[in-house]
Amino acid sequence: MTNPPGASGRLAKRAVLRARLGRAQELVIEAVIRLCGVSAVVFVFAIFFFVLREALPLLFGGLDLGQFFGSMEWYPDSLSNRRYGALALILGTLAVTGLAMVFAIPLGLGAAIPISEFSRGRTKEALKIVVELLAAIPSVVWGFIGLMILNPVIIDLFDAPIGLTVLNGAILLALMSVPIMVSIGEDALKAVPDTYREAAEAMGATRWQVVRRVLLPAARNGLLAAVLLGVGRAVGETMAVLMATGHAVTIPTGPLDSVRTITATIAAELGETARGSDHYRVLFVLGTLLFAITFVVNLTADLVIRGFRRR
Amino acid sequence: MDRQGVRTRDLCLWYGSFQALKSVSLTIRHGQVTGLIGPSGCGKTTLLRCFNRINERIAGVRTQGTIEILGHDVYAPGTDLIELRKRVGMVFQRPNPLPLSVAENVLFGLRVHGSGRLAPDVVEGAVEAALKGVGLWSDLKDRLRTRATDLPLEQQQKLCIARLLPLKPELLLMDEPCSALDPAATSRVENLIRELRGTYTILIVTHNMAQARRVSDECIYMLLGEVIEHRRTEDLFINPSDERTARYIEGRYG
Repeated sequence: MTNPPGASGRLAKRAVLRARLGRAQELVIEAVIRLCGVSAVVFVFAIFFFVLREALPLLFGGLDLGQFFGSMEWYPDSLSNRRYGALALILGTLAVTGLAMVFAIPLGLGAAIPISEFSRGRTKEALKIVVELLAAIPSVVWGFIGLMILNPVIIDLFDAPIGLTVLNGAILLALMSVPIMVSIGEDALKAVPDTYREAAEAMGATRWQVVRRVLLPAARNGLLAAVLLGVGRAVGETMAVLMATGHAVTIPTGPLDSVRTITATIAAELGETARGSDHYRVLFVLGTLLFAITFVVNLTADLVIRGFRRR
Repeated sequence: MDRQGVRTRDLCLWYGSFQALKSVSLTIRHGQVTGLIGPSGCGKTTLLRCFNRINERIAGVRTQGTIEILGHDVYAPGTDLIELRKRVGMVFQRPNPLPLSVAENVLFGLRVHGSGRLAPDVVEGAVEAALKGVGLWSDLKDRLRTRATDLPLEQQQKLCIARLLPLKPELLLMDEPCSALDPAATSRVENLIRELRGTYTILIVTHNMAQARRVSDECIYMLLGEVIEHRRTEDLFINPSDERTARYIEGRYG
């Protein structure tokens, strides 16, 4: 002990102790945070691994990929002649998602622009809250709306035999993917430096001209990313489309045809299959396909967003 | 007799409850370069931003008094802001070309103020004339499609001046146009300002007193929202009439 015993020595010791404790605390917190970050990655890979593991035996043992992608004959539990043609399901998904985007893109970006550029303060906050509220509606409630409200409306309007159609599902999906488009789209517009707006306004541009001639080109990548994330949301949606699209394995020829999507098929059939059977496994093949689609869409969106940040 | 380019009378401006301009009454001569100098926060940029009413982008700004630009009161009710900004161009402190091509930056004003499509020969003529007007033509004539935001700062700032020219403005407002540039670029932009003198009435805010002496014909010294002195530049710097101006230009204050 070189320090003389006394008040100052005790204080110094306490300070050292506190510093050590502080450092230990720091390390623990850091470890926890790192674990949280890593866990997200682990979960994604674990899910993918699990889905793929169930699908693999069939994928490499008997599934006729030509038939899977090329035939619309989906008879997974026929006793004599099982056929796993997913073409109608894939096209059903594409049709519903595509039509949904036709509605959602103008609606979503159309809402992002006024919220970001033409409203201020309370109005802006109120609009954002309402849009976020739209995101909080459970998908089964959307499905219910499709079943009970849109169905009769479509029958009346188009004189259709049934209202549970591509159109019905697309309207629901559009409304469901609008919130994400609005919030990402608004972020993209907000990220455009205000100096651009000021420069354009100082040259006498009206606010609409600023939007059209400056903001839309400047925020193009961000807006594209918003659309892609909306697509990702729509492709993966299950319950609403299961309830609203009529559940018919057919290749749609128009918006008033009933279809069945990949997601709806998995949801409807998985509970009835025997674990490990071909039917069970082919549903996981569908799951893998779905995973691949949303993965590609989200990855593209991500790369696009990164592009607009670098600018 | 000189025409009177711009005249303000009892101009007062408040940001919320803070009064940034106090009864500013000025007459700025047509076709000359007038420098606005003064310490930070004296209201010179605020004053400059009154002339095209760009101040009004900020919430809580209240203005009183009048500004006449060639006989028009720009604060009169019913003033067409778009027309005003066509006649009064502004160059900002940081070069702020739009994220479009060089050519589109020059054409922006024409597109915004015109109706319908621009004829190809109008487009070419306007781009060439404007870029020649700021001495950028030889540098950029082969790079008209380059994104303006990728240019070096000096070219960006000259482009920001060039894009005002196709609209034939009467008044150019420059808010410390060289503060983001290096000395060599500053001197070239100053030359450009001297060349534009005569064709345009120019109001330039600067922190740099040497620059005010180099480019301006008349100078206005402001302090705490008030105009302290407004005279010919050489008189103001050699023989200031107000003690406060003298202290500022000698570097004892501000």
